[in-house]
Amino acid sequence: MLTTRVIPCLDVKDGRVVKGVNFVGLKDAGDPVEQAKIYDAAGADELTFLDITASSDNRETMYDVISRTAEAIFMPLTVGGGVREPEDIRKLLLAGADKVSINTAAVHNPDFVKVAAEKFGSQCIVVAIDAKTVAPGKWEIFTHGGRNPTGIDAIEWAKRMVSLGAGELLVTSMDRDGTKAGFNNEMNRAIADAVSVPIIASGGVGNLDHLVEGVTLGHASAVLAASIFHFGEYTIAEAKAHMAAAGLNMRPVNDKHLDM
Amino acid sequence: MTVAIIDYGSGNLRSAAKAFERMSDEKVIVTSDPKVVEAADHIVLPGVGAYADCRAGLRAVEGMEDALQKTVIEAGRPFLGICVGMQLLATIGEEFGGTEGLDWIPGHVKAIEPDDASLKIPHMGWNELHGVDESLHPVLDDLDHGAYAYFVHSYHFVPDNKDHLLATTPYGQTITAVIGRDNIVGTQFHPEKSQETGLRLIKNFLGWKP
Repeated sequence: MLTTRVIPCLDVKDGRVVKGVNFVGLKDAGDPVEQAKIYDAAGADELTFLDITASSDNRETMYDVISRTAEAIFMPLTVGGGVREPEDIRKLLLAGADKVSINTAAVHNPDFVKVAAEKFGSQCIVVAIDAKTVAPGKWEIFTHGGRNPTGIDAIEWAKRMVSLGAGELLVTSMDRDGTKAGFNNEMNRAIADAVSVPIIASGGVGNLDHLVEGVTLGHASAVLAASIFHFGEYTIAEAKAHMAAAGLNMRPVNDKHLDM
Repeated sequence: MTVAIIDYGSGNLRSAAKAFERMSDEKVIVTSDPKVVEAADHIVLPGVGAYADCRAGLRAVEGMEDALQKTVIEAGRPFLGICVGMQLLATIGEEFGGTEGLDWIPGHVKAIEPDDASLKIPHMGWNELHGVDESLHPVLDDLDHGAYAYFVHSYHFVPDNKDHLLATTPYGQTITAVIGRDNIVGTQFHPEKSQETGLRLIKNFLGWKP
């Protein structure tokens, strides 16, 4: 059976890992390459780097981080943040990323997703959808870390992104991000059920039941979390064991089928 | 000894090269030069994206298909196709109407049509490898029934001859995971992204004497 993916996300600024609460009050949680190795050994199914470096001057630092990470780990690596044109994607893939996540640039120019998917293949194009609840059962796309409303309906947007070639959607609830109150499962389910491609649930994980609910209630194919893993509240193994005990198909952390 | 990873404009080859370097003392060369391929001891054809684009990309590298014909079909050197690089071994890829493949392993590349409508396409993530025979192929040494590998694809290889099917994975239907005949093998999953399972397969491939 296909297993549910557990994806730690590392927010990277100027080559260092940080993770904020509602995007303010950042704490330094270490070197990205070392963290990537730890997550690789711990049994993470994929890894995501979100580059939150403000200045494009420091973009080269990120390519170096990705390149060193790709030499050290052998699982899928997604990189997001500041992806604005095909050349950004090309550089990230050449550095060693397997997928790129497009966020604000898709809102400004939806055809960028089409161009990117045609040039690099849908398998490496993740569209990040940041949305907030604006009315019961209604969600709207926001940009710039949740500050700027766009007036775009999240479900219609998700469908449009998939029709343009997105291979996967990373859906973040801007209401929940950093709150530890759990994913917005109602929103996630509405999006997941409206599109053919897998969705990754993001934003708001505070405990291991939240990860389970992301799949059972939110219909996500993968769950993404940062703080609960970075600060040692839970290990990947604990997360997977908890999800497996709840009846989800999980890839074991120590693959006992292997004799190396 | 060299491993040639063929660069024909399809996707990210760095991670593939790094995985082969990790598991081998051989020199790993990412190349679009047919002469390098002709001189290589192991040949790897990666591939991501649309079938027709990959097919056109491979054709566009002058002399590459002749070099592959010489080294893989005539000289019988070990060859590994990965993902769309594996699907290119088929007779026909059915994506967007139909594209002729290399026809090294007779069969068709067809859309995944799971029996359960809730299953997402692409098939993306870690799934189990099921061996189809008691005596597994040498590239599958120490990879038991149930080992996990990383897949991302919407089409899969349906071989005409079931003897060419080496491993499968379940996703609403039986999906081809590993295919092979003679000195040629192909994996639908990405060994370079499949942690220990993938690194083991790469090591097996490099030690294989077909």
